[in-house]
Amino acid sequence: MIEFEAPVIDWAVLTPVLVVLAAGVVGVLIEAFVPDRGRRTTQIVLTLAALTGSLVSVVLLWDRVTTEGYAFVVDGTFLLTPFTLGIQAVVAVLAVLGVLVIADRTRTGQDAFAPTAAAVPGTTYEDAAREAGLQQTEIYPLVLFATGGMLLFPATDNLIVLFIALEVLSLPLYVLCATARRRRLLSQEAAFKYFLLGSFASAIMLFGIALVYGFAGTVSLEGALFVLVHPESQVLEMMPSLVIAGVLLITVGLLFKIGAAPFHTWTPDVYQGAPTPITGFMAACVKAAAVGALVRVVFTLAAGLDEPLRRDLEVGLWAVAILTMLIGTVAGAVQTDVKRMLAYSSIAHAGFLAVAFVGFSETGAGAVLFYVLAYGLATLGAFAVATLVREQDADGVVLGEATHLSQWAGLARRSPWLAAAFSLFLLSMAGIPLTAGFIAKFGVFSAAVAAGAWPLAVLGVLASAVAVFFYVRLIVLMVLTPPTEESEHPEHVEDGAEPAAAGTSRADDAAPADDAAPADDAAPATGTLTAARATLARASVVVVASRGPATVAIVLCAVGVVLLGVVPQVALDWAAQAATFRPLQP
Amino acid sequence: MMQTLSLAPWLVATPLVGAALLLLVGRLSDRWGHWLGVLASTATFVIGLVILLDMLGVAAEDRVGVHTTASWIDVGPLQVDLGFQVDPLSMTFVMLITFVGSLIHLYSVAYMSHDRDRRRFFAYLNLFVAAMLLLVLADSYLLLFVGWEGVGLASFLLIGFWDHHLPNAVAGKKAFVMNRVGDMGLIAAMMLMLATFGGVDFATVLGSADAADQGTTTAIGLLLLLAACGKSAQLPLQAWLGDAMAGPTPVSALIHAATMVTAGVYLLVRSGPLLEAAPDAQLVIAVVGALTLLFGAIVGCAKDDIKKALAASTMSQIGYMMLAAGLGPVGYAFAIFHLLTHGFFKAGLFLGAGSVMHAMDDDVNMRRFGGLARLLPVTAITMGLGWLAILGVPPFSGFYSKDKIIEVAFVGEGWRPWVFGTVALVGAGITAYYMSRLFFMTFMGRRRWATELAGGAGRDGADGDEAPVRHPHESPWLMTLPMIVLAIGSVGLGFVLNAGDRFVHWLEPVTGHAEHHEPVLPIWLIVTLTLVLVVLGAALAFVQYAVRRVPTTPPPAPALVRAARVDLHQDDVNEGLVMLPGRVLTRSLVFADRTAVDAGWLGLAGGVGRLGGRLRSMQSGYVRQYAAMTLGGLGVIVLVIWLVSGQGAS
Repeated sequence: MIEFEAPVIDWAVLTPVLVVLAAGVVGVLIEAFVPDRGRRTTQIVLTLAALTGSLVSVVLLWDRVTTEGYAFVVDGTFLLTPFTLGIQAVVAVLAVLGVLVIADRTRTGQDAFAPTAAAVPGTTYEDAAREAGLQQTEIYPLVLFATGGMLLFPATDNLIVLFIALEVLSLPLYVLCATARRRRLLSQEAAFKYFLLGSFASAIMLFGIALVYGFAGTVSLEGALFVLVHPESQVLEMMPSLVIAGVLLITVGLLFKIGAAPFHTWTPDVYQGAPTPITGFMAACVKAAAVGALVRVVFTLAAGLDEPLRRDLEVGLWAVAILTMLIGTVAGAVQTDVKRMLAYSSIAHAGFLAVAFVGFSETGAGAVLFYVLAYGLATLGAFAVATLVREQDADGVVLGEATHLSQWAGLARRSPWLAAAFSLFLLSMAGIPLTAGFIAKFGVFSAAVAAGAWPLAVLGVLASAVAVFFYVRLIVLMVLTPPTEESEHPEHVEDGAEPAAAGTSRADDAAPADDAAPADDAAPATGTLTAARATLARASVVVVASRGPATVAIVLCAVGVVLLGVVPQVALDWAAQAATFRPLQP
Repeated sequence: MMQTLSLAPWLVATPLVGAALLLLVGRLSDRWGHWLGVLASTATFVIGLVILLDMLGVAAEDRVGVHTTASWIDVGPLQVDLGFQVDPLSMTFVMLITFVGSLIHLYSVAYMSHDRDRRRFFAYLNLFVAAMLLLVLADSYLLLFVGWEGVGLASFLLIGFWDHHLPNAVAGKKAFVMNRVGDMGLIAAMMLMLATFGGVDFATVLGSADAADQGTTTAIGLLLLLAACGKSAQLPLQAWLGDAMAGPTPVSALIHAATMVTAGVYLLVRSGPLLEAAPDAQLVIAVVGALTLLFGAIVGCAKDDIKKALAASTMSQIGYMMLAAGLGPVGYAFAIFHLLTHGFFKAGLFLGAGSVMHAMDDDVNMRRFGGLARLLPVTAITMGLGWLAILGVPPFSGFYSKDKIIEVAFVGEGWRPWVFGTVALVGAGITAYYMSRLFFMTFMGRRRWATELAGGAGRDGADGDEAPVRHPHESPWLMTLPMIVLAIGSVGLGFVLNAGDRFVHWLEPVTGHAEHHEPVLPIWLIVTLTLVLVVLGAALAFVQYAVRRVPTTPPPAPALVRAARVDLHQDDVNEGLVMLPGRVLTRSLVFADRTAVDAGWLGLAGGVGRLGGRLRSMQSGYVRQYAAMTLGGLGVIVLVIWLVSGQGAS
């Protein structure tokens, strides 16, 4: 008879994750038991409370973890280092802001989500649901589950738990991506692509985990490394290449999640198709969590591997960083859709983040922490602004988001404050001094230079220079270009830059998916790009007023971007303090 | 220790508040604004007087003090305080600036009474006084630079005060731009100081100057000279001063004669210990001074514009001061002494010129003056005293200061005393000629203008052209009073300060004690030669401009005179040497920018666009392709790792 010994669990260190996951469960119950009228409010309050609670418990744990160096639950199944705690803090802060944007219904009284996401687009069922005023409050528990996964993602040494965390964070996001109120087909397409490619990446990662287990007989990353460098303990002798292939595949799975090239292909399509508040949430929080997990895995590998393998790892990261920065900025420069442009910007930022990895120093980890916070605030704010810029038909009915760049022309004249905030976020992403982005990029590049990787830093600066082009182009468009001229001739901006073949599936879907131009008009459903543009040209652009939460989020993001840029020292000190890991056990 | 040290900031603050009030209150203060300006200036003088009396009451070694009000710049290695240096040198300037400044404020009340913008004029004057006082009271080069730029700004605003007339605005711009050239010198000097000494305050820089490498101190010295040349209109940055006469005459008297243009001399004397560590730079300073001395004197001989003649004279007299400053500690005290006496008599001469212009409907052409002594007695007498002072006739004040400079110019070894001494000596003779020419053309000889009483548009028989109709009258007391006070200074200041070498000893806490050196010629011979040349120059002028008939149009003249009439072609030289190459350079840079740089960047942008387009076409929207790319990408990464590390290892 096997004697079962109950593990001693330090529940306190689990609170940041538990609070959120428990609230998610409660949220599901709320869906079942709370009447229609109060349901949405209850969900929002619960979500914000849970996320705030998670943040508070992170703060409460701070002193303990930074003093003790780490906290440990059941043999590394849950491993809390100061760095992990830092990532959790960033994720929690960004999630609160993200939920504020998600919760905003604007003056149109409609949120960004379909009345019933299950309905087939264009059916009478969908119309009925819309007329009945149904709303999809399940998104809040879904957001909580995803956030719980994100909080767990960087907090484990156990590869199985890592995989579970990945799935816990991904599955709700697949669903959330499909729930857009407008352009339903695009949204569903995005969700399905995300699901397929995400599963593909998960499978790659799981394959890697299996290889590692097969080699080392353990699912603990540190355990596997121990086996690798101590040949006497190997189960399968003479096959260290198995574990190398294994960790490579695991790393690829994580690189996929942060959107690093060449595993970035899903990003533009998904970011464009998902409901904009969800895109912002994904871009900010998932990036932070996945980067946290990647840093944990990669830095642990670097600490455990011997020199030649460590060098291989570094070379791989160099390649990924260069490719990602290049693709993100170059492809970003030719985009004509705001959301796609921000998606490529997100790819480029993944590349800048990867620059800080080389050297595997604590300086680099601190720079990463600051960077994900700075980038998260800017991108969340930018997507929040994008939710408010809408199309309007001839009758004054507010339609979906006006995401074509040409429609943003002259925005500064209509809504100077909104345009100013958006410009601020763009400038921060471009890394202009006095914004958070500058300090963040400076930290990342100086970490690379300190590690001797100055060519990477130079490339990073050059890539930033190219990226400035498309950020500033949008600012110029908003501030200097008269609105009428551009929105009447959107082709002008295209300028033949978009070959007809490019993004056909997107463009074809874009027109019919706009459910406010209902299905009775069959022509656009099979319409060409030109027809889609004609639709674009007919609709005027309007900025809808926020009901409050989104404004609060935008203001907080803007304040954060400016504060981190002007008086960064507090945050830098915090990041430096958090940038420590648990030393590998001998 | 001085009790009143803490009053020093008020010297700067008082006129600054005056300027701010006048500018901010605006048109509301039009009716009383000028009196506020006078009050601010006078109050500053009183504060300065209090500090001076206190300073005179303490022992010589206690007369140097620094009052630090606050830390100004505190970034890493650069620490600069907002400190005020109060010592005999700065107090000499404070008294000169506030005393002459207050008199000129008073004079301006009447002189500018018909101007709509009189209040603005006084605001600028107050601003100038504040900036000039900051310049001389600063305890670091950086704070000095603030004042330095402040006086440059005030000078620009006042030269172009009547900017509705285009040439005035152009003159203001010219002064501003040429001063920038000098300012670059000061900025570069400060950078070198920071790099060499780790600070820009006088105590740090001057205290450790002799420990520094001589090449560095020479470079700093030459850069400071460049700054001084810009501000003090010395060769090769002299061209702006003549045009600066476009400003109202009180401005010319205060800024472009008595105070601002001497700031370069102040800078060099203040930097004395630094320059002593750089003998080469000192030699260059002396050479520049000597050349400018002759340049200004020659130009002054040919000018018919009364103000431009005086401006050329100012340039020449500052040349004397620079020459003295370049001679080392033995010359510092005399440079400042001459600066002080010059401040009085030249300001008096300018105010006199203003009074003449006032009488002659703002005409400045001396060929249309003549015989004014009887009609403008006060002006004639005060200008006459100033004239005798600048000539260096004993016992007027110029004699004591200029004669000393000529003496020390003869001190030294080798070729230097002979060259510098001769230049200074000859310069004195030329000075006597052109100043006498100015005086005789204006006040003596025949009238080359007409009054209605004398038959309306009269004819000047010789030339047959029409003489302009004028109604000369003496100026009001508000204008004559400052002229009288300055004339008294021109007469007595030199004698009073020279008695028992009082002024030299007064400056000793700053300039250090200089050993007495014997000139290469006996002193009595130098004095005699000087006086003989002065008398000769004056006599020549008397014959030419008081006895003989003065043509009302410039007569044909030899090449040198023609060149002097156009400032020895200074503008052509500048245009040929600086503006033309500059223009060619900017044009070619613009061309290179368009063809090479822009084309390069546009090409790069096009490349990015094309590459982006290709990347974009890879983003087809098909999941199968995306998945293939992910897998292929994995292969690529593995390949890269294998190529880079695997190959490298094998």
